[in-house]
Amino acid sequence: MPLKAVILIGGPQKGTRFRPLSFEVPKPLFPVAGVPMVQHHIEACAKVPGLKEILLMGFYQPHEALSRFLAAAQQEFKIPIRYLQEYAALGTAGGIYHFRDQILAGGADAFFVLNADVCSEFPLQEMLDFRQQHGDTDSFVILGTTANRTQALNYGCIVANADTQEHYVEKPSTFVSEIINCGIYLFTPAIFQHIGQVFQRNQQELALEESSNGWQRAEVIRLEQDVFTALAGSGKLYVYKTDGFWSQIKSAGSAIYASRLYLNQYSQSHPERLAQNKPGGPIIRGNVYIHPTASVDSTAVLGPNVSIGEGVTVGAGVRIRESIILHGASLHDHTCVLNTIVGWDSTIGRWARVEGTPSDPNPNDPYAKIDSETLFRDGRLTPSITILGCSVTIPAEVVILNSIVLPHKELSRSYKNQIIL
Amino acid sequence: ATCPRRWRPPCASRSSGSASASPCPTRRSRWAQRLSDSRRPGAVVAPGTPRRAQAAPGPRLGCPRPRGDTDSRAAGPLALARDLLAEGGEPFFVLNSDVICEFPFAALARFHRQHGGEGSIVVTRVEEPAKYGVVVSEPDSGRICRFVEKPRVFVSNKINAGLYIFSPGILQRIQLRPTSIEKEIFPAMAQDGQLYAMELQGFWMDIGQPKDFLTGMCMYLQALRAQHPEKLHSGPGVVGNVLVDPSAKIGANCVIGPNVTIGAGVVVEDGVRIKRCTVLQGARIRSHSWLESCIVGWSCSVGQWVRMENVTVLGEDVIVNDELYLNGANVLPHKSIAESVPEPRIIM
Repeated sequence: MPLKAVILIGGPQKGTRFRPLSFEVPKPLFPVAGVPMVQHHIEACAKVPGLKEILLMGFYQPHEALSRFLAAAQQEFKIPIRYLQEYAALGTAGGIYHFRDQILAGGADAFFVLNADVCSEFPLQEMLDFRQQHGDTDSFVILGTTANRTQALNYGCIVANADTQEHYVEKPSTFVSEIINCGIYLFTPAIFQHIGQVFQRNQQELALEESSNGWQRAEVIRLEQDVFTALAGSGKLYVYKTDGFWSQIKSAGSAIYASRLYLNQYSQSHPERLAQNKPGGPIIRGNVYIHPTASVDSTAVLGPNVSIGEGVTVGAGVRIRESIILHGASLHDHTCVLNTIVGWDSTIGRWARVEGTPSDPNPNDPYAKIDSETLFRDGRLTPSITILGCSVTIPAEVVILNSIVLPHKELSRSYKNQIIL
Repeated sequence: ATCPRRWRPPCASRSSGSASASPCPTRRSRWAQRLSDSRRPGAVVAPGTPRRAQAAPGPRLGCPRPRGDTDSRAAGPLALARDLLAEGGEPFFVLNSDVICEFPFAALARFHRQHGGEGSIVVTRVEEPAKYGVVVSEPDSGRICRFVEKPRVFVSNKINAGLYIFSPGILQRIQLRPTSIEKEIFPAMAQDGQLYAMELQGFWMDIGQPKDFLTGMCMYLQALRAQHPEKLHSGPGVVGNVLVDPSAKIGANCVIGPNVTIGAGVVVEDGVRIKRCTVLQGARIRSHSWLESCIVGWSCSVGQWVRMENVTVLGEDVIVNDELYLNGANVLPHKSIAESVPEPRIIM
């Protein structure tokens, strides 16, 4: 049964909460647990037998990093991967509707749609089996998971009767359901009829309205608000509930949290990616990824939850915990880096302390999800992960606490709770 | 004696007079050194000095702790020790234990003999006299006219430095009750023209507050560099004025100084950076930590990769866990710190 997968990667106008990291590299290519965010999706898709092609869909302009990544991924996973560029931001449904011929080409009778900015176990085969089980070949499956009552309001809420969806609401203001939409779907070609109907409706509405707002386009269709809400209760929409790990990756803090989830998974799926304690090597605590070209002093202590990127230098007596160190960064002797993302080619001077505040979900609540905090609260910067942009220089012996440093900045003193432009 | 409140926490278990500004000699024995240099027999009285008097001739150290009400002000204990002090009829020094300077005992004794009055006090010039009690005196003789507490208008920039020398006659003025020598005795003596001021040369600091203690420590080390540079520590990784007890151990790849004093039996592990700190006896600073402007109390243990700054003060036997950040933390003795303190506060 020919299968395809579409990965929605968004564009520069999306993922703004990921700044300043998204200035250098498109968010879907940001490394999580040592590999680009979207590579985890591709790996999961490549494991599904019968999956013929992966289509990345978004509205980024042709980008060197993206092309290189696609070429490398095709080679490694031996599966055709293409990038389909939307001519404008068309919404989560508008893009797949626009490219429906491409998606259905080759006789695909079902296809997955995955949001690039989620971190998941990707139970794709299970979703296929689930659809097989209840027999309706014309039905659609949404992957759902459980959230706690307060946080569920931030997601798409699904009310299900047995497995069929009765009701769908995106980000309700009052409690509707604890089952939330994971952003991973299994569709059949029939979905395009439903999207088409929404498109027609939009066009009619636009024609009636005065052309005041030039940004309105009929082709902008959102799966969640426009399609699912209408489909729920029709008996066509099913939810497959998973207890596997799942998280959104909206902010830098959630990238570190997602890193931890994937690094945990590596002990089963990719044990070769986890660093081991070796004589003459650095001290490793918990799950740590170290790129083969990185150079780490044997007196450094790394982990838990640390990813060291390509060509990184880690000096003597360095301590890194719950952090992501991006390509080419250089950490001098005795530095202490906690809950931080250190940008590409940045330098941290001797004895400096670079520290952020984690925004992890409540560990006592199995259904708690990571919060996407607002940047400011009560006029002050909310303590969060410290981010050093690309090519930032931190001098020796200072402390950088809960701060965001924009790219190419050379600091000269300590900073706390600040955004440094 | 009651511990001056401003000095807690280290002092919660010890008197401030025994917190050493230098590792080997306590302040008390440095006075003794000065005294024997000045070749004047005399009792040194400092509130709270715990050692018992020695019966030998020559400079006598300490005095028996005054029995009775130890909550007297400075004058009270003098009255209690009246018999000891009056014996021999010689002048005696009185010192506030929370000042640091070069202690010019010989010059002070000479000055006192010359004018023949009942008392002499050392005064020093400061930049902000309004914070203290100001002394107004005649420029030639040094006879003190009056004192003004915390003047709002500039009167004089000379303040009471906390070092006095008195003839035994002063004891007639002091009754056996809580008495403030500055507020009650001195004004009366000044009125009678019996009090004289000698101006201090060199550095002076009131080290009652931890912040000022560190400043005073820097001044003391600077003076030491000028007079006895051989006592300072030198070697790889030592920057500026650093005083290290011979029994202390410092690890590899450390950078210590400027303005650091390290007490007896202290262990500083590898890769530690210390600036402008006092580390008291028996403390341990674990590897890769960074300390600036701190006072680390006796027998403390500071973990690995700890950063402490901005007048963080650890009382006796405090444990700071690894990888923490302490900014201006004041930690009372015997506490264990398991969380960072990013903004100054007191940990009880």
